[in-house]
Amino acid sequence: MDFSEEQIKRYSRHIILSEVGGRGQKKLLNSKVFLVGAGGLGSPAAFYLAAAGVGKLGIVDNDDVDHSNLQRQILHSSKDVGFPKALSAKATLEALNPDVEVIPYMQRLTSENIMDIIKDYDVILDGSDNFPTRYLVNDACVLMGKPLSHGSIFKFEGQVTTIVPGETPCYRCLFETPPPADMVPSCQEAGVLGVLPGVIGCIQATEVVKLLLGKGELLKGKLLLYNALTMEFNKVRIRKNPNCPVCGEKPTIKELIDYQEFCQVHF
Amino acid sequence: MKSDTKKIIPNRRIDLKGEVCPYTFVKSKLAMEELRLGEVLEVIVDHEPAVENVPKSMQNEGQKVLTVEKISGADWRMVFKKEIE
Repeated sequence: MDFSEEQIKRYSRHIILSEVGGRGQKKLLNSKVFLVGAGGLGSPAAFYLAAAGVGKLGIVDNDDVDHSNLQRQILHSSKDVGFPKALSAKATLEALNPDVEVIPYMQRLTSENIMDIIKDYDVILDGSDNFPTRYLVNDACVLMGKPLSHGSIFKFEGQVTTIVPGETPCYRCLFETPPPADMVPSCQEAGVLGVLPGVIGCIQATEVVKLLLGKGELLKGKLLLYNALTMEFNKVRIRKNPNCPVCGEKPTIKELIDYQEFCQVHF
Repeated sequence: MKSDTKKIIPNRRIDLKGEVCPYTFVKSKLAMEELRLGEVLEVIVDHEPAVENVPKSMQNEGQKVLTVEKISGADWRMVFKKEIE
């Protein structure tokens, strides 16, 4: 495939980089990334992945845009309130870059559908806002050997790690099971600085782009912690748990689990 | 020296007259990527800053600059050899 004149201009700042070049740009154009959630994390991540020319973006979200989302979910505008987030995301991203095909999934990921939905994607970016989905995505990625960017946020703090099944710890190595319902803050207790998911989602997108290009060092076996109030970044090493129920030596989880959702924060 | 460089027969020649920076380099680089190691690319430009910038960038990428010479009026000929992938 040769670049069009428009593509040469659009991607010129990538092509100039010796780590990307025309070849790297073509890799991105031929890549397929699946985003879990078109919310606070998914918005900036999807924006930059689309701008970067990642050729296919799958986006799952079963919510409609609400006014309370607009403080941070930058894919959506006031005019989109009431419409499905996945469709709003598609319209925004395809307007930014017509090279990108956005596949919207207006459903909830479950143990029944996730494998089939993500099987054709190269990398998964988890920007979900709840524990049942986070564990489901982690387990599905481990079972299918799909690289996964994990990101999560709370109030002023966020965390990111990059999971490569078979190579790095998975989310369950860190936190074996979802927290008990009474440990999860209720909707009233939750708040989030609007710009925080912007930072975390952009870091996730950076990891995904590097992973697709095969360049640089990834957050493999490392958890990056960010505190927006103190403006501190900390990187801590995390280890594979040999007894991890999904990626350990004797895994006990061989089938996906649908945990029950309880009243909790929705980012 | 000059007569020697004129004899170089490039494997590929691109005419970038009318192009400005950074596209002079972007297009030269894209053309270079298509070549095999040891092959030679000739680039014609008429954008003066490119005469300095393109060879500099090519060198930074590890490619060899064989010659940069004025051919007529505002036109310049630059010849690069592919040294690394």
